[in-house]
Amino acid sequence: MSWGFLCDLLSGVNKYSTGIGRIWVAVVFIFRLLVYIAAAENIWKYEHDEFECNVEQPGCENVCFDYFFPVSHIRLWALQLIVVSAPSLLVVFHVAYRENREKNHNQKLYRSPGERDGGLLCTYLISLILKSGFEVVFLVLFYKLYNGFKVPRLVKCDVRPCPNTVDCYISKPTEKMIFLYFLVATSCLCIVLNLSELTYLIFKYSLKRYLKRHNKKHR
Amino acid sequence: MDWGALHTILGGVNKHSTSIGKIWLTVLFIFRIMILVVAAERVWGDEQDDFVCNTLQPGCKNVCYDHFFPISHIRLWALQLIFVSTPALLVAMHVAYRRHEKKRQFRKGDQKCEYKDIEEIRRQRFHIDGSLWWTYTSSIFFRLVFEAVFMYAFYFMYDGFRMPRLMKCSAWPCPNTVDCFVSRPTEKTVFTIFMIAVSSICILLNVAELCYLLAKFFLRRSKKAGNAKHQPNHENKEETKQNEMNELISDSCQNTVIGFTS
Repeated sequence: MSWGFLCDLLSGVNKYSTGIGRIWVAVVFIFRLLVYIAAAENIWKYEHDEFECNVEQPGCENVCFDYFFPVSHIRLWALQLIVVSAPSLLVVFHVAYRENREKNHNQKLYRSPGERDGGLLCTYLISLILKSGFEVVFLVLFYKLYNGFKVPRLVKCDVRPCPNTVDCYISKPTEKMIFLYFLVATSCLCIVLNLSELTYLIFKYSLKRYLKRHNKKHR
Repeated sequence: MDWGALHTILGGVNKHSTSIGKIWLTVLFIFRIMILVVAAERVWGDEQDDFVCNTLQPGCKNVCYDHFFPISHIRLWALQLIFVSTPALLVAMHVAYRRHEKKRQFRKGDQKCEYKDIEEIRRQRFHIDGSLWWTYTSSIFFRLVFEAVFMYAFYFMYDGFRMPRLMKCSAWPCPNTVDCFVSRPTEKTVFTIFMIAVSSICILLNVAELCYLLAKFFLRRSKKAGNAKHQPNHENKEETKQNEMNELISDSCQNTVIGFTS
């Protein structure tokens, strides 16, 4: 079980997506998942080992690291990727439910199980809202947990058993900061894509309904 | 998900590329991505552990390392490769859009449609003309821009392409100017120069491809203008045979898994 599972999931969703949805999948795969696996993971690999405090007191380093990094950046990043991709499952489940229904009733109930109309459209819109919501939640979480997206070189720690306020040095702070900004940029891009897709779908189907009603009146 | 998935995505685009494009893709995968994964990552693997400063002051090593390597070579290369591969997706999306339109025409029963079945549409290789030409040319242009930007960033950040053995660091909390020693500087210099050389080759290939496309475009226009003058009713059918010499490269291509071309 690894990131390949997420790939299969998103590939499955791609079939029922709009053009903007497919761009979103491409952005998630290439600029978030691939960057995470190929580059970001290695930066945070030895973060605990390389975290150094100017003190000999045993336990002080551990306690300080835990105090400043309750959840590591890289774990939050991975969680964000998983949680943000999950709403797409709703669409996949709905399509599977439709296909199952057709099989059980042994007749054609829908024009095409994957066609975005009625219930499936609602599910799709809900998944878009959830995706955007989760992105925003994680960005806010990042911001609140780490006081912004900066990674300082030096943090001052006075948690017991550290005897006084000790200087603790974080490893590779600049590199971590660059990749955090990259994460924020791609998250914002994904939010923009989701909101544009939402607007586009709402506009398209409102127009369709208006035209249908307009044609009915004229008949 | 790793570089292999990128290979699958780009492999699908390869079918619709020019010969130079296919050579570029081969160079990218064999001389850049493979070298990065198989060799370069090992060379830079222990970079902070083996970065040693001549001081016992805690924190001095971390700070000096961060000062001299704001972003590691290996991460910069990974980002460069990702950004440079991305414009090919534009072409993949355009091809997928064209396929989608042709499938729609076929399903409507359009008599203009010359395909026998959906499978043929899926397997068909599109020639680079019309709007696809613009997309393809823009993708090459963006590739060039990204390559140049990353090469410049590299040069700017590391003052050249050489990795020194010794760096003198006086950032706080280091007590004085301390000597810091980089691990495997010669090996790193060799790989850096190799990667820069291959980047330059890729830039040259992209420039050549751009020139080729522009030349083809202007030639086609002058042919059309010439034909219109002499035979205004004659239908100009063009047969381009671009890629025989690279058939063995195109044999290894597969359709994208992710469904961009479905």
